[in-house]
Amino acid sequence: MSNLSKLIIPLFVLFVVFYAFRKKVMIYDTFLEGAKEGLITVFHIFPSIIAMVFAINIFLNSHLLETMFSVISPLLEKINLPLNILPMAFVRPISGTASLAIMNDIFTNFGPDSFVGRLASTIQGCTDTTIYVLALYFGSIKINKTRHALSTGLFADLIGIIASFIVVSLIF
Amino acid sequence: MINKIWGFFIIVGILFTIFFGNVSELNDTILNSATNGVGMVMDLLPIIVLWAGIMKIAEASGILVKIGNIVKPLLSKLFPSLKKDSKALGYITSNICANALGLGSAATPFGLKAMESMQKENKKKDEASDAMITFLVLNTSGVTIVPTTVIALRMMHKSANPEEIIITSILATVCASIAGLTLDYIRRKRKEK
Repeated sequence: MSNLSKLIIPLFVLFVVFYAFRKKVMIYDTFLEGAKEGLITVFHIFPSIIAMVFAINIFLNSHLLETMFSVISPLLEKINLPLNILPMAFVRPISGTASLAIMNDIFTNFGPDSFVGRLASTIQGCTDTTIYVLALYFGSIKINKTRHALSTGLFADLIGIIASFIVVSLIF
Repeated sequence: MINKIWGFFIIVGILFTIFFGNVSELNDTILNSATNGVGMVMDLLPIIVLWAGIMKIAEASGILVKIGNIVKPLLSKLFPSLKKDSKALGYITSNICANALGLGSAATPFGLKAMESMQKENKKKDEASDAMITFLVLNTSGVTIVPTTVIALRMMHKSANPEEIIITSILATVCASIAGLTLDYIRRKRKEK
């Protein structure tokens, strides 16, 4: 399985560059153009990352969660599930930057190759900012009766989180 | 929403630490958070820039159209209310493919166009149509083949295999998408009865 993961990036790069080369795209110049846009993207997300790391560090370092969940935390530890995954799952549908900041905190404290590190990575990779996307897309065409869109989207996220837990437990 | 959550984290975090925690630690946390934030941006920077370059090549080569042609017939089955040659279906395809390739900034305009053309066929203008809901469920549970930000941060935290979470993410996404689409289908059918 992990060998398959190893192949994805090299094959992807090979495919893209080879395909574009055959289509006679000016690949080098296009790469530079894209890299420049990437630089601008990073520049744009800079303030929101500072803002989110600030708020999330204060919250996580207050140890409020540990106090609140002290009753059930031995149970969670037994199934290898540190508490920090809870706020991450909670903010994931609202803000990608916030959940990224929590994931970064998990990496710092437990390491990216720990169970919770892999779980956080998988959750971040498999779900999206559902609430934000819905607000943006429905807002753009002025729809306010969204019927079962939100609950279905959040249900899919929940299943994604549960599936992440199962898949990471099984594969690693 | 985001304002409330941001405020909640800060207010609750500071109050709780003042009453039950270590205040000098709180000072360190506040003052160091900007440094941590800059560190995180610097961790993300190289991979985001590199990947943006590669994805620009993908975009310029017209791969998106090519993949779209393969995916479109499959997607049209999920949208029984849309005609096979409708513009909306084309935009939906482009949006899903761009998302899968991690072209977030390219995906959003396609998504907005898809909503716009579905709105034209929508009978109740203030209410979401079946197709819109299916599209959004698919979009928000959709797969990104290479989650670059996650890989970048794993790499910077010295993971032995930063890319090992690609497969787990894809598997979890497939579960989420199937669950979302199934629930959407059930609720759509129940309404029709």
